[in-house]
Amino acid sequence: MNVFHIAYKSLKQRALASSLTGLSVALGIALMVTVLVLHATMTRMFSQSASGYDLIVGPKGSKLQLVLNTIYRVSQPIENLPYRYYQQLRRDPRVEVAIPFALGDVTQQGGFPIVGTTPEYFTVEYVPGRRFRGNGPNLSRPFDAIIGSLVARRNGWNKGDQISLVHGGVADDVHDQKFTVVSVLEPTGTPNDKTVFVHIEGFWRLAGHEKPLDEAIERYRQFFGEDPRPEELGLATATGRPERGESAEQRAEHDGHGAGHGDDGEQGEQGEQREQREQGEHGEHGEHGEHGPIPDIQKEVTAVLVRVRSMTLVPQIEAEINEGVQAQAVNPIREIRWLLENIVGNVRTLSVVLTALIVIVSGISILVSIYNSMSERRREIAIMRALGASRRTVFGIILAESTLLCFGGGLAGVVLGHGMVFAAAPIIEARSGYLVDPFAFDWVELILLPALLLLATLVGFLPGVTAYRTDVAKALAE
Amino acid sequence: MSEMQKPSGGAGGVRGDSDDAGRPAVGSSAASRPGSQGEGAAGGAGRGDPSSAAVELRGVRKAYVEPDGSVLPVLDIERFVLARGEQVVLLGASGCGKTTLLNVISGITSADAGQVRVDGVDLARLPEAARDRFRADRIGMVFQTFNLLPAFTALENVLLGMSFSGRRADVREARRLLERVGLGRRLEHRPGQLSVGEQQRVAVARALVKRPAVLLADEPTASVDVANQQRILDLLRDVCREHDVALLLVTHSPEVAAQFERVERLESFNRAVAPAGATR
Repeated sequence: MNVFHIAYKSLKQRALASSLTGLSVALGIALMVTVLVLHATMTRMFSQSASGYDLIVGPKGSKLQLVLNTIYRVSQPIENLPYRYYQQLRRDPRVEVAIPFALGDVTQQGGFPIVGTTPEYFTVEYVPGRRFRGNGPNLSRPFDAIIGSLVARRNGWNKGDQISLVHGGVADDVHDQKFTVVSVLEPTGTPNDKTVFVHIEGFWRLAGHEKPLDEAIERYRQFFGEDPRPEELGLATATGRPERGESAEQRAEHDGHGAGHGDDGEQGEQGEQREQREQGEHGEHGEHGEHGPIPDIQKEVTAVLVRVRSMTLVPQIEAEINEGVQAQAVNPIREIRWLLENIVGNVRTLSVVLTALIVIVSGISILVSIYNSMSERRREIAIMRALGASRRTVFGIILAESTLLCFGGGLAGVVLGHGMVFAAAPIIEARSGYLVDPFAFDWVELILLPALLLLATLVGFLPGVTAYRTDVAKALAE
Repeated sequence: MSEMQKPSGGAGGVRGDSDDAGRPAVGSSAASRPGSQGEGAAGGAGRGDPSSAAVELRGVRKAYVEPDGSVLPVLDIERFVLARGEQVVLLGASGCGKTTLLNVISGITSADAGQVRVDGVDLARLPEAARDRFRADRIGMVFQTFNLLPAFTALENVLLGMSFSGRRADVREARRLLERVGLGRRLEHRPGQLSVGEQQRVAVARALVKRPAVLLADEPTASVDVANQQRILDLLRDVCREHDVALLLVTHSPEVAAQFERVERLESFNRAVAPAGATR
């Protein structure tokens, strides 16, 4: 019978106190493990999905919001960029890939974010070395959609299904135009899994997505310091060439149902022609409907994902874009690193400190529990000493008790913590769309072992000394 | 000065024997022939010289310091010998130092001066840890009550008697002894499930399982009902005889004392207390 066996017997004798103190350690450790694992998952997720592009270009505003919005599809878009801005970027010889994103809508079922983009998005690597794989073709027609794996699983969607979009996330503002799923992506472990991608052409055609013409022209002038060219106003193919400027603004009054008014006055004829042209095969031109192709001037992108031909060009392009007053370029990796280090990292440190305090408090409860038992165990200790146990041995027995409680509780806590992550994984996934690996393991957990040993030694020391100092002759005489 | 009185190894543990170091060995008892006994092997693991006495005290003194600073002598024994396998009853008024004597012999309490030889080893020269190990190996103890650890079964309590000696626990021997004391069918019972008499029988088995040189019993029958008193006493004496273990039994009971050939009154050889009206 060694000290651990004797200690175990003694703990068993005080089963209620032992299990309660052990449980308190277990809960503290479980919380700590949960924090560590979830944080590790979050860090991995963030750093993984950010690394695919060199720059995110969007309107001026919060850099972090731009990244969160574009890459993680959380938070609201800041503003939009004119289509021409995207085209300029795309034509820049230093730019290898420029992919437009149009954001803001969600699916009617499940509220998954909608991204209007070009087919090119699916042909380039989303993170280095990894490309999208799906069970169907790429986007080709305006009302094609490709859905992430999580969306497919949660909504039970597959190829051929028709899906409805809610405008701007407002529940009752459902677009009449449905999109058809052409492909389901394989899981990527990135926010792409919880996203519905639609062809940007279709996205623009949805009612309310085109910028009202007068606003569009105003913004165009702000942006580029000149008036839009006729072809950008969609007039190149139209009959007649109205005077630039004047006619554009007058047209805007008719076209701008987004601004909530229409005027059939002088420009009625032209307006009707355009309407007919735009409606195409789709019948209704209503509040929630769809119209045909819209002029480039009314097209907007929320952000542009940019990959440059050489990493050395990144700072140069970034600086050029940021010089302007309208747009900004953000290095997503730097932004995410900043977020992880300064906010997530601090939250993690705080959480770990809090859970460590819980563990320490439970350690103190072990101390109190063992220490309280010492007075009733004076006789037992004296008997063991009479049987030949040395002072060091009885000290060791008490230390073994605290070690068993700390380690037993700690081990249970690790199992419980991973169990909690395992149980929480689907809930987190459902709520946030982030995939949590239920078997995720943080190497920091290995520090728990020596830390628990230290805790056991600390809390076992005081009662151990009491055992060590027990006056055997006196205790036997009692 | 004989060889045995030279300070042997482990001088760090030598306690309070300076004034006795020069005292010549008496060695008059037939049962006690102290010679050049292996004090160096006082680690406790080895058995002592079979020619030595089970217990031999010489010039042993012990005093307690009272809270008010005064010194209260408890033991002052010039010589006390317990031969191998001998059975002795120790009588004495309450507080005359009987329990202190047992504690000194077992090494729980260190003597202030003198020699405390058990199985040929002078415990007074050993550091406390070595005395503990020696006790684990060579000294059995039975107390009046609450002998057993409540968390352990009868068998485990007996095994505990071997646990601190560094030897392998001999489950077979533990079972055999429990069968010998009539508890072969109660091996897995905890103390709470046993009667006081049965508990005391487990204690006897536990004290003997390591085959000690001496068994020290401090009023082992005092808490047991009359019917069981004789049974326990007989058992204790029989098993000690069977295993050639010396027995030093402290009691208040004249009936118990009457059964022993050798009966010692502590007052008669403890100079620290007056024979009558002793305070301790």
